[in-house]
Amino acid sequence: MRLAKKSSEIQEGDLTPMIDMTFQLIAFFMVLINFSQNEANERIQLPQSELAKPAEGPLDYPITLHLTKEGSVILSADEVEIDALRPLLVREANVMELKGIPQSDATIIIRAHKATRTGKVQALIKVCQDNGFENFALRAKEKKGF
Amino acid sequence: MKIRHQHQSEKIELEMTPMIDIVFQLLIFFIMTFKIVDVEGDFNIKMPLASVSSGEMEEELVPPMKVRITAGGGGQLASVALNGRTLFGGFDELHTEMMNLIGDDAQIQESAEVEFDCDYNLRYENVIAAVSAVSGYRTDSGEVVKLVEKIKFAAPRPGG
Repeated sequence: MRLAKKSSEIQEGDLTPMIDMTFQLIAFFMVLINFSQNEANERIQLPQSELAKPAEGPLDYPITLHLTKEGSVILSADEVEIDALRPLLVREANVMELKGIPQSDATIIIRAHKATRTGKVQALIKVCQDNGFENFALRAKEKKGF
Repeated sequence: MKIRHQHQSEKIELEMTPMIDIVFQLLIFFIMTFKIVDVEGDFNIKMPLASVSSGEMEEELVPPMKVRITAGGGGQLASVALNGRTLFGGFDELHTEMMNLIGDDAQIQESAEVEFDCDYNLRYENVIAAVSAVSGYRTDSGEVVKLVEKIKFAAPRPGG
């Protein structure tokens, strides 16, 4: 019986399809990557609403306040109780003044946890009102399927 | 003089390994940082401090509406009342009432104002549900139809 002679050359796989796919995956993730995660906070579970739609245009001067389930407020990197929020709001107002933006142009975005007590949210609004802010936006998560 | 052969017949093979290494590292980076962000939206509320006591006299096509929401144990929804009348159907009935009162009239939609008076301990998600019920609705095609745009809160109730 005659045996086929084994080839001694190294068999190289064709890498082109794999590289094609990998580049497509990279392009996909690059397009979808979201660096603006400063607004989100892991601790806050927003309430759901079927009317929650993204705003058509960006707000003039948004200030995002996170209200946790326990009732503390997170503004940028600071976490304080509602009663101690005043200095932070004064700081924001001073920044606006330096930039020449009237305080009435600012919108306080309230990202409150869904289980927060309403009294806390109202207390937060009251503190902001006392410091000259008058526009508020209650943020909610889009409810899918209803 | 000896002349070298200019043309080599051998194929030049590119080294793929470093490129694939980098590409896979990039891929892993993007996969690890990938995060599905939920769509979020805002309910706008204009509440200047002065308007609590002294508001301008505007022509009102519909009387001001007051929604009272009470909380039961654990901050759960206990009852909803519109202008003192308890709505046993909860937020669905509130929405129906708003549809009947406001309808499609743009002028009424602009001038109508709803004030929410909520218990201190009420869970916040109930407030958003109530605000959704009066703010509008979604059509079958997914478009948002607005009802009441002026929303405000009554003075906070004592509690906590």
